Amino acid sequence: MQRIERLKESPSQTAGPYVHIGALPNFAGIDGVYDEDLGQRMVLGAVRGEQITLRGTVYDGTGAALRDAMVEIWQADAAGLYAGQDGADPAFTGWGRQAGDMETGAFAFETVKPGAVPFRDGRMQAPHVSVWIVARGINLGLQTRIYFADEQEANAADPILARIEHRDRISTLMARPEGDGTYRFDIRLQGEAETIFFDI
Amino acid sequence: MSAFQQKQAVTQTPGGHAAPGGGLYARDRAWHPAALTPPYKTSVARSPVRAPISFSTTLSEETGPVFTQDMLGPLDADLIHNYAKSPEGAIGPRIVVQGRVLDEDGRGVPHSLVEVWQANAGGRYRHKKEGYLAPLDPDFGGCGRCITDEFGNYEFRTIQPGPYPWPNGPNDWRPAHIHFSVFGRSWGQRLITQMYFDGDPMIWHCPIVGTIPSREGIESLVARLDMEATIPMDARVYRFDIVLRGRRQTLFENRMEGL
Repeated sequence: MQRIERLKESPSQTAGPYVHIGALPNFAGIDGVYDEDLGQRMVLGAVRGEQITLRGTVYDGTGAALRDAMVEIWQADAAGLYAGQDGADPAFTGWGRQAGDMETGAFAFETVKPGAVPFRDGRMQAPHVSVWIVARGINLGLQTRIYFADEQEANAADPILARIEHRDRISTLMARPEGDGTYRFDIRLQGEAETIFFDI
Repeated sequence: MSAFQQKQAVTQTPGGHAAPGGGLYARDRAWHPAALTPPYKTSVARSPVRAPISFSTTLSEETGPVFTQDMLGPLDADLIHNYAKSPEGAIGPRIVVQGRVLDEDGRGVPHSLVEVWQANAGGRYRHKKEGYLAPLDPDFGGCGRCITDEFGNYEFRTIQPGPYPWPNGPNDWRPAHIHFSVFGRSWGQRLITQMYFDGDPMIWHCPIVGTIPSREGIESLVARLDMEATIPMDARVYRFDIVLRGRRQTLFENRMEGL
């Protein structure tokens, strides 16, 4: 019998409480090494589409806000194109990185509302933002998605949302419009209204 | 849009985007730490209770941010000097950490951002919330970054970090370690891990190391001293390879795999 030789992925370890030193050193109080922390600016100029603010907080199983989490997002531009694809908006990076506030845990991304992106079979996915959360106590970065509560028609046709058995949990993936271009998306790691996480 | 048109829509760019092929190989969750690992106490309230929901990767997971050399400063990968006020740089054992970022099929992952952070030689981190009694080194910040070359190679110059105590059990100490954050070429490859040093007895006492289920998995995070590569009268070399998820080569682009 022939053997299939593959390497094993490096096992994940927690980012720990000092993730900011490596990822957001200026935020951590380490000045002068990097001009600016990566991922702070997603909009680089005259961007196409609707500019929005995504606000939220990460909560643990006791309801306490995480004050040491780091959140990254990856999304398409307003036309549904990812940075690197032909025709993608050059004024939009698609990738953002923010730390939770050291006192309140609140984070915010200044971004644009993404356009729809095709699924593997050509059906369209509803507009969404991919989210990755790391922190002390999280052994493997948690993957989730932000959908938009005001995109009901697209959400109803989304091939991934359609697969979710417990329909009452879908609301945990919805960012809620708060007016003036702001959407709220809180993340609950555990317990009551636990956010849906994905194994992707 | 048909699958064929979708294939046309994503092109190989100098930034290193993979052209659309198959999905990423599924993560082996029995190989990675579980979310709930009670000896690492903070995981108890920060671990989801419900099972994660699976789906085969889509364009959203198979694309990823692009980082280019022009984003980096000349000393970004030199932690001995990138925060130093003095020309000699930071105090501690001088080392070079070099290795490759590979995928599960053994292919180098080029143009991949690698970020590192670590404590100083005494185990003290430079962070607002850290107050361990070992002193800060005025010449050491503790952050570095680089982008892998076309073959997936990377290299940092730094000092060997010290072990450091942390409030978990009554007497828990982290082994000497360097934190690594790696991007690869697609969002689904995103990984944060830690590198340990060959021969450190603290590895086998650490609840965070202990979250990794297998000894083989732990060993894969232990960097090896590379005497041949060591630079005489300057710095010892530790070699550390990082493996990211690989990707299927699809023959049938529109097959509904896993869905």
